[in-house]
Amino acid sequence: MEKIVEMQNVSMNYHSLGGETQAIKSLSFDILDGEFVSIVGPSGCGKSTLLSLISGILKPSKGRILIKNEEVKGPSKNIGYMLQKDHLFEWRTIIKNVIIGLEIQGTLNKETYKSAEKLLKEYGLYEFKNYYPKQLSGGMRQRAALIRTLTANPDLLLLDEPFSALDYQTRLAISEEIWLIIKKEKKTAILVTHDISEAISMSDRVIVLTKRPAEIKSVYDIVLTCENKTPITCREAPEFRYYFNSIWKELDVHV
Amino acid sequence: MYDKTDFSQEHINYIKSHKSFKRAVSFTRIIIFITIFFVWEIAANLQWIDPFIMSQPSRMLKTVITLSKDGSLFLHTGVTLYETIVGFVLGTVLGTIIAIILWWSNFLAKVLDPYLVVLNALPKTALGPVILVWIGGTTKSIIVMALLVSIIVTIISVYSGFSNCDEDKIKLLKTFGANKRQILKLVVLPSNIPAIISALKINVGLSLVGVIVGEFLVSKEGLGFLIIYGGQVFKMDMVMMSVIILAIAAALLYLSVLWIEKKVTKMM
Repeated sequence: MEKIVEMQNVSMNYHSLGGETQAIKSLSFDILDGEFVSIVGPSGCGKSTLLSLISGILKPSKGRILIKNEEVKGPSKNIGYMLQKDHLFEWRTIIKNVIIGLEIQGTLNKETYKSAEKLLKEYGLYEFKNYYPKQLSGGMRQRAALIRTLTANPDLLLLDEPFSALDYQTRLAISEEIWLIIKKEKKTAILVTHDISEAISMSDRVIVLTKRPAEIKSVYDIVLTCENKTPITCREAPEFRYYFNSIWKELDVHV
Repeated sequence: MYDKTDFSQEHINYIKSHKSFKRAVSFTRIIIFITIFFVWEIAANLQWIDPFIMSQPSRMLKTVITLSKDGSLFLHTGVTLYETIVGFVLGTVLGTIIAIILWWSNFLAKVLDPYLVVLNALPKTALGPVILVWIGGTTKSIIVMALLVSIIVTIISVYSGFSNCDEDKIKLLKTFGANKRQILKLVVLPSNIPAIISALKINVGLSLVGVIVGEFLVSKEGLGFLIIYGGQVFKMDMVMMSVIILAIAAALLYLSVLWIEKKVTKMM
C-alpha cells in the first residue's frame, strides 16, 4: 500500500529562556493509506507536538516529514485536524462553521457548499444547519466538528484526543460514530489518545511512545477476532485484554 | 407557552413568592426616591436647610420650566449628549483599531506597554488646559477631552481580550492554513465583541467625565457649563437641576448601551 506519511528521524526541541526541552527525539515511522493508527504515551510526552509537526503548524528541529512524498512546509489542504474540544464558533451557525475551512482556503463556491450540505445530510445534521452550536448536544457538536474537517476534503485526519472532553457514554457512542464516518470516507487517520481501550478498539496499529523526549517504545499491530468490526464490537474480542495489559505495562505508569 | 393549569400548587406558590419579592423591591425603590425629594422639599420650606444653598425640588422644577421656555435647556442637554456620544463612540472605535495594531505587532505592543501603563495611570483631566491651548475653546477640544479619558482604557482592555483569545481556536484556523488577517477576522474580532461592548459600557461613564470637565474649562454651552455658571453666580437651583438632568442622561445612555449589548449577544 501507498505510504501517506513518512517520518524520517524527526526531532523537536522547545526553547525558552530557562533552557531547551527536547520533546521528540529522532522519531521514524510510516503511515499507510487507509490505516487508522493510534499514538499513546505518558502525558506530556509530546504526542500533540507530533501532530502539530505533521500538520505543518510547527517545523521540526531536525529530520523530514513527507506527506504523499512531499516534504511538509506548512499547513496543507491534505490534512484535517481535530482538537480536544469541538471549537465550533458560537457566533456562526452550523453550516457557517462547517464551511470555515473552505472560506479560509478560498475554495468556497456553489459546488463545495453543496458537498458540505451533503455531508451534513449524510451524518444527520442537515436539519440543524441553521442552528447555533449551543443548541446542539455534545455528540452532535463533535460530529459537526468532524464534518468541518472533512469538508476541506483532506486525505489524512489528525485526531488530537478528540473525545476527551466528552462524558464516558457519549465518548463511546461518538468514537464509534466518528470511526464509521472515517472508514466510510476512506480516510487515513492518526489518533492521539491516553485512553488505551480507545486506541485498541479503533486502530489497525498502536504506537507506544516513551516519556519525554518521545521515542518509539513499541508498535502493536492490532488483530482482533470479531464480526462486523467496529470500535464497540472490538471491545468484546478475546485478544482485547491481552493488548490492553501489554500496553498498560509498556506505559509504566507510576502515580 | 404553558397553560396555567399545568402547574402544581407548589409551583404556583413559588412563582407568586418570586413575583411579590420583585414587587417589594420596586416598591421600596420608589418609596426611597419619593421620600428623598419630599423630605428635601419640606426641610427647605420649614427652613431646616437653607434653600438658597441646598436648593429645593420645587425651585429646580421652576428652573426647568423657565429654561425650557426659551429652549436653552434642550440646547445645553443636547450639546452634552452629542459631545458624549461622539466621544465614546470615537474612543471605542479608535481604541479598538489601536488594539488591533498592537495585536498585529507583538514588537509594537511590547514597546508601547510602559507608555500605556503611565498614560492609564495619569488623570487625563490634568491635560485639560493643554488641550484648551492647543485646540482652542471649541466643541472640538471637549470631544478630544472625552476621547482622551476613554481611549487608553479601551486600548488596554480590548487588547487584553485579543491576546487572551483561545489559542486552540487560532490553532484550528491555522490547520486550515489561515493567515493573520483571516485569524483576526474569523476568530479574534468576533470572539471579542463582548469585550468591545464592555469597553463601550465603561466608556459611557468616562466620556461623560471628559465632557463635563471639558465644559467646565472652555464652553459656553452644555450641562457642564450650566453647572459651573450656576455655581459662579450662586444659582444653586440651576446647578442641582443640571446635575439631576445629567444623572438621567447618563442613565439613559447606559441603558441604550445595555440594549445594544442585548441585541448583539442575541445575534451571536
